[in-house]
Amino acid sequence: MSPDPLVEIRDLNFAYDNRAILTGINMTIPRGKVVAIMGLSGCGKTTTLRLIGGQLRPTSGVVRVGGQVVHELDESGLYQLRRRMGMLFQFGALFTDMSVYDNVAFQMREHTDLPEELIHDLVLMKLHAVGLRGAHHLMPAELSGGMARRVALARAISLDPMLMMYDEPFAGLDPISLSIVGELIRKLNDALGISSIVVTHDVQESLKIVDYVYFVSAGKIVAEGTAEDIKHSREPFVHQFVWGEIDGPVNFHYPAQPYLQELHEQPAKPNGWWS
Amino acid sequence: MSAADVLRRLGRALTDRLWRLGFASRFMLMTLLYSGTALKRFQLTMREIYFTGVLSLIIILVSGLFVGMVLGLQGYDTLQRYGSSEALGVLVALSLVRELGPVVAALLFASRAGSAITAEIGLMKATEQLSAMEMMAVNPIARVVAPRFWAGVISMPLLAGLFSAMGVLGGYLVGVQLIGVDEGAFWSQMQAAVDFRQDIMNGVIKSFVFGVIVSWIAVFEGYDADPTAEGVSRATTRTVVTSSLAILAADFVLTAFMFRGI
Repeated sequence: MSPDPLVEIRDLNFAYDNRAILTGINMTIPRGKVVAIMGLSGCGKTTTLRLIGGQLRPTSGVVRVGGQVVHELDESGLYQLRRRMGMLFQFGALFTDMSVYDNVAFQMREHTDLPEELIHDLVLMKLHAVGLRGAHHLMPAELSGGMARRVALARAISLDPMLMMYDEPFAGLDPISLSIVGELIRKLNDALGISSIVVTHDVQESLKIVDYVYFVSAGKIVAEGTAEDIKHSREPFVHQFVWGEIDGPVNFHYPAQPYLQELHEQPAKPNGWWS
Repeated sequence: MSAADVLRRLGRALTDRLWRLGFASRFMLMTLLYSGTALKRFQLTMREIYFTGVLSLIIILVSGLFVGMVLGLQGYDTLQRYGSSEALGVLVALSLVRELGPVVAALLFASRAGSAITAEIGLMKATEQLSAMEMMAVNPIARVVAPRFWAGVISMPLLAGLFSAMGVLGGYLVGVQLIGVDEGAFWSQMQAAVDFRQDIMNGVIKSFVFGVIVSWIAVFEGYDADPTAEGVSRATTRTVVTSSLAILAADFVLTAFMFRGI
């Protein structure tokens, strides 16, 4: 790994209402690499992204981005840092009252004094990069899920960030869109010289494109390694996850009382007068 | 349930409400603090004035006309018993500019525009648009909340003024054109009895205060909504109910200060 990583997470703990979400997380995102954070839904992956973006404050531990400790920055410092980060939200989070064009132009208009002719060219270039130049006049409601994700990607890279964060970029996409988005993540990373963090539970698609993987389970890192390491991992959780097995360390059943005991119990009272 | 339980619940409900009020006040303070963008890039606020103000015009104008027409009928019926039906113009104008204009326009504004603002901001939150804006280093309070707040504050007095004007027209149509009250008396008595500072300005102050109340409640409820379908629907309902009650309560307090002993 390179000596000067872009993102460094050390002994990170995060709790929400005294409920521990992340405990003792250590991660390194080297420059120029695509790193995946994998795990079950609700294991704290998205929380990690929000901690890196400074939308949440760690209970203890530090997140360093480009050498700066994120939670120690004041508001203007944090906003300066965020201008150099791009984030793709799970369902795109496009501004529904603006056209595709205006969505991509949004950050340029907010943060720069570029003349409108230049913004026009830049927007078309960004849209061309994701293959949607022809859709610039559409409204977000007219786009399919995969297209919306790609527009959001064009918007996220509109100010040429140094770090891209993807929150479940593959969720709910058809196989073709899936490959397109996967391909784009890798290509943009290499062509623009950025570093990427992909939060996902889509093993097969992401193992094709990532350099390094962290496995998170119940708020802890349980395994890490290159895509090859992960595929051949003997760690029971990783094995179950990668091969999609129904039973293993992660139980099929939600924790419950013994079956027979519960069947003999009186039914619980209805919740309210309407049930 | 024991008495202690009742007491505990009451206390809990009270502290919850107090906490929320404190949160809403801090939110208001933040909105004022971050109003620079909304005022400097005034086209952002203009756009919201169109959506909240201009699109509320129809309901405000039509309601104003009908309220004025009803005032004409009822006012004439009462006044003619005392032989003073020429004072109809005064009655119509004073009721409108002092009370009905600001209050009814604000109630209509809360249900037409306030609910829309809450639903829009709530849905933007639910679909992570506000979060995305934050991650793009754009403050959603400055970019989304403040323009909507100021648009409401600016639109409200104008809408109330139009409501009153339409009401006077309605009163004229029914009183003079339909019933046959003397036209000269209708207008001249109105002109003599309605004081610009005492009546019209106080009405404008009222509608300005109501504008602040409705816009504040609407943007706060939207921003504070649970990011789910149920949460947004509850927030929208709360906007209409809370702002209607707040308008009526504030109207009583303002009237007590403005018109006592007159």
